[in-house]
Amino acid sequence: MPSKKITAWERVMIAREADRPTALDYIDNIFDEFMELHGDRYFKDDKSIVCGLGRIGRQNYTIIGEQKGRNTKENIERNFGMPNPEAYRKALRFMKQAEKFSRPVVTFIDTKGAYPGLGAEERGQGEAIAKNLMEMSDLKVPIIAIVIGEGSSGGALAIGVGDRVLMLENAIYSILSPEGYASILWKDSSRAEEAAEKMKLTAKDLLKLGVIDEVLKEPNGNAKTDIEKMSETMKKKIVSITKELQELDVNELVENRYQKFRNM
Amino acid sequence: MVIDKIKKRIEYDNENDVQENEEHRSDIPVGKWVKCSKCKQILYKEDLHKNFSVCPNCGNHFRLSSRRRVSQIIDEGTFEEFDLKIDADNPLKMDDYIKKLQTLREKTGLDEAVKCGIGKINSEEVVLCVMDSNFLMGSMGKVVGEKITYSIEKAIELKLPIIIFCASGGARMQEGIVSLMQMAKTSAAVKKLNKEGNLYISVLTDPTYGGVTASFATLGDIILAEPNAMIGFAGQRVIKQTIGQDLPEGFQTSEFLLEHGFIDKIVNRKDMKETLYKLILLHKGGNRDAE
Repeated sequence: MPSKKITAWERVMIAREADRPTALDYIDNIFDEFMELHGDRYFKDDKSIVCGLGRIGRQNYTIIGEQKGRNTKENIERNFGMPNPEAYRKALRFMKQAEKFSRPVVTFIDTKGAYPGLGAEERGQGEAIAKNLMEMSDLKVPIIAIVIGEGSSGGALAIGVGDRVLMLENAIYSILSPEGYASILWKDSSRAEEAAEKMKLTAKDLLKLGVIDEVLKEPNGNAKTDIEKMSETMKKKIVSITKELQELDVNELVENRYQKFRNM
Repeated sequence: MVIDKIKKRIEYDNENDVQENEEHRSDIPVGKWVKCSKCKQILYKEDLHKNFSVCPNCGNHFRLSSRRRVSQIIDEGTFEEFDLKIDADNPLKMDDYIKKLQTLREKTGLDEAVKCGIGKINSEEVVLCVMDSNFLMGSMGKVVGEKITYSIEKAIELKLPIIIFCASGGARMQEGIVSLMQMAKTSAAVKKLNKEGNLYISVLTDPTYGGVTASFATLGDIILAEPNAMIGFAGQRVIKQTIGQDLPEGFQTSEFLLEHGFIDKIVNRKDMKETLYKLILLHKGGNRDAE
């Protein structure tokens, strides 16, 4: 396809499309088997992050994904894909289990941000995110993170400290939403479009900045046109990266990850 | 960077050292007075400073410059700042950002939003980082992330405890995603420190928000806070907009965090040095005679 220039703001719009494939859409296609498991063991099961076990062929994986809803009802159930602290604690519980059972971790990032609510603050939103960043930096198994839609703020990074960070062509990844950014820097959230162009939030820009490792092309310029093909692309990547990372000695794996983020 | 409220408060509370020096040079008496933002009492600056910059009338803890903080915590003449020459990063190529930093450096006499070095607390050597809200609201960009990480690694190398005084609106917007990545970098450094067994005391002061709360600030072995400091992840305006209702009295204060189990202890500023000293001693192995 001749690639006409797509602006950053247009990518933001695509990343936010109501019918953009979600984490579960991809998980179902990528993995030969997936069993969702629930709860953080402290407070509740926050459905804005799904966790579970799965496999590709004979290789088992721990799977973690930020999950948006596909309609209003689902979105309410999923809290619009905006995790509370218990969602991050659930994710961490599964990551530590992955370490125990030597399973690689695959995370799917897709959130407008960690939920800014009263209860979230009461239950330590900041602490929950911080702990994930800290523990992920030292997890003794490979971590592959894929930004599939919106990757916004610490809410995205909290499951994003990976050995490899991949991004779909139209996904975005940023310090916060363009609206929030414009509102803070220029006191004018209506300048979101202008902010988006400035923020370097596209996959291509982030690859240049060294924040991500690879951009995955979307079929026909939009993943929703062919979920299976998109999943196939991701699956191949997951399999090959897993093999590559499993060759490394654990100390080397962890030290490489440390240096990767140390140099940012 | 989070709240508008922070900015409003700072107009009252800030004691800008540079300005003050100018005032000392002049004879205009008005510059010697300051109004407490809480009880509105007019205070004589010298009295305020002798009282650790805490209002003698109502106990309000004024925001503190990093220079003054160091002098309150570290034995006189023992602080040696790390000589780090880290170039500012401008990953988003913001037009006026580098110029803004330059102006701020001249105005505040600070090189960035955190001061890091080694000093002694009652003769006990520590690595100390002090964030300064006078510099772009203490926000964390690449230089701040780098200085914090360097300090943590230095503490590991020298087998010293590390104390970080946090004061920050969060990650620095002007550096975009690169600021976000500093959260991962600093948190990873804390993990390294933990594996080595060094003590890390985090002290939360007004304000501590956003990306700093969601990284090293909340990862201390011991987390202290000054009274009535504003501490949180999301800013209050954003929360109010999201939930569409007013926030309860005292929400996101130190006292609120203590009640919800997220900090160890609230410490008055005048007791801070002694508290840190005691904590350092209490972490010196099980049997002090064996030292």
